[in-house]
Amino acid sequence: MGINLRRLTNMAERPTIAVIDYRAGNLRSVLRALEKVGQTPVLIDTPEELKQAHAIVFPGQGASPAAMRVLEAKGLVEPLREAILEGRPFLGICLGLQLLMDKSEEGDTKCLGVLPGTTRRLPEGLKVPHMGWNQAHFTQAHPIFEGIPQDSNFYFVHSYYADPADPSMVSAVTDYGVSFCSAVARGNMMAMQFHPEKSGDLGLQIYANFARLASEAMVESPWK
Amino acid sequence: MLTKRIIPCLDVDKGRVVKGTSFVNLRDAGDPVELASMYDREGADELVFLDITASSDDRDTIIDVVERVSAQVFIPLTVGGGIRSEDDVRRMLDAGADKVSLNSAAVADPSLIARASDHFGSQCIVVAIDAKRVDDSTPVEFQNDRAVALDPSSQWEVFTHGGRRHTGIDALKWARKVAELGAGEILLTSMDADGHQQGYDLELTKAVSEAVNIPVIASGGAGTLEHLYEAVEGGKADAVLAASIFHYGQYRIQDAKDYLAGRNVPVR
Repeated sequence: MGINLRRLTNMAERPTIAVIDYRAGNLRSVLRALEKVGQTPVLIDTPEELKQAHAIVFPGQGASPAAMRVLEAKGLVEPLREAILEGRPFLGICLGLQLLMDKSEEGDTKCLGVLPGTTRRLPEGLKVPHMGWNQAHFTQAHPIFEGIPQDSNFYFVHSYYADPADPSMVSAVTDYGVSFCSAVARGNMMAMQFHPEKSGDLGLQIYANFARLASEAMVESPWK
Repeated sequence: MLTKRIIPCLDVDKGRVVKGTSFVNLRDAGDPVELASMYDREGADELVFLDITASSDDRDTIIDVVERVSAQVFIPLTVGGGIRSEDDVRRMLDAGADKVSLNSAAVADPSLIARASDHFGSQCIVVAIDAKRVDDSTPVEFQNDRAVALDPSSQWEVFTHGGRRHTGIDALKWARKVAELGAGEILLTSMDADGHQQGYDLELTKAVSEAVNIPVIASGGAGTLEHLYEAVEGGKADAVLAASIFHYGQYRIQDAKDYLAGRNVPVR
C-alpha cells in the first residue's frame, strides 16, 4: 500500500469532502453526519469545485429525472462521471446509487452510466415507498463497511432500486418483495440505497469509514 | 425483512417537551435534545415532534428544536403541528426535519399535499388523519367534494384543529385521496381511542391500512405492549406511535422491541 506516513501526520489538512448540492431533501442530514464524525464538508455545485474535491458525496432524495436535469444544467454530469471512473472516493446515497446505472425506469431517464444496469421500480403488491428499517446482507467485504455486523438494520425510503447488470458488483442485498441491491462498493466507488445519515450509530460508522478512506486516498492519489 | 417501527411522540410547547416529565436520570426532562437522544439510545426507530405551541409568536421555537435535535440524533425526525404552507414545509426540512406532517391545512386545501410532495418528494410528506367514529353528534349537512364526503355507509369522520372540528369527510375516502395526491405515509389517530390506553382502534387501522398502498402509522390508545402487537397484527399497521406508555416510564422502547420480537414481529 505504501502509505506516506509523513503526509498522514501532516494531515491536519483533512481531505476536502464535497457534498453535491442539487437541492436534495437530505443535504442537511448528510452534512451534519459528516460533521459529527469530525469532517468539515463543503457544499458544491460547479464543475470547478468538483475538480478540487478530494472526495465526493452524492446525497440522494427525490426523483431521478429532476436530479439529472439539475446535474446537466450545472454541467456536472461529465465531471462527476470522470471523477468516479478515475477512482476519486465517491459515496452515493439512495438516488446517488440509482443514478450510477445507465438508465432509470423512473421517467425513463438516462443516468450517469458509470455502472451498466437499470434502476427499476419496486414490484407491485407491497407498500411503496419501502420505508423503514431493513437489513443489509453483505455479499462481499469492503472497508466502507468495516465494523458493521452482517444483517445490520439501516433506514430505507425509496420506490426504485439499482439493478447492476454485473451481479459481482453487488456488495449487499436487502429483501422487500424482491431481493434488491442495497449497496455497491468497488475500490473507491461506494454507494448505498439506505440512508446512513438516518441509521443511528452504524450509519455514522459508515461516514467515519468514508472519511478515513478519503484521507488514505488523498495521500496516495494524484488529485491532492 | 422490513421491520415494524416504534415511534415515540413528543409534544413540544415553546421549545420544551411537555410530556415525559417522570423520567429519572435526566438532568432536564423537558429538554428535547436530551429526550430525543435517550429515545435514540433506547432504540426508537423514528421520532415525531408535535408542535402544540398555541401562540403563533412562539412558532419559531420549534425550528430551533428541530435544528438542535437533528444535529445530535441521527434517526428520522418528523415534525407536525401548525404546518400550513409549502414555505412552512421548507423551513422544517431546512431545519433538519426528514418529514413533515400535514393535517388541518391539508383538509382545508388538499392541493397542498400534491404541491408539497411534487416539490419535496412524497417521502417527506406525512398526512395526519384524526378520525372519529360516526355517531349521533355527526352533523348531516356539509359542502364537501362528493369524492370524500361522508355517506350512509361511512364509519369514521375526519376531524381537524386538534380534534375539535367536524369536517364531514369520510376517513377512508380521505386516506385514499391523500395517497393519490402524493402523501408518502399516513399518521392515523383514533380520537375515540386516544388517551384511554385501552388499545388502538384496530378496525379503523386495518380499514385504512388496507385502503392505501402507503405505510400507515397507528396512533391513539396504546396502554400495554400487547396493544402494540395488536396494531401491527390485527390492525396491519406498518408502525406504531405511542406517547404515554413511554413518557411515564411504564415501558422502555427496548421492552416493546423484546415483546414484539417474542411474538414474531420483525423489529430492529
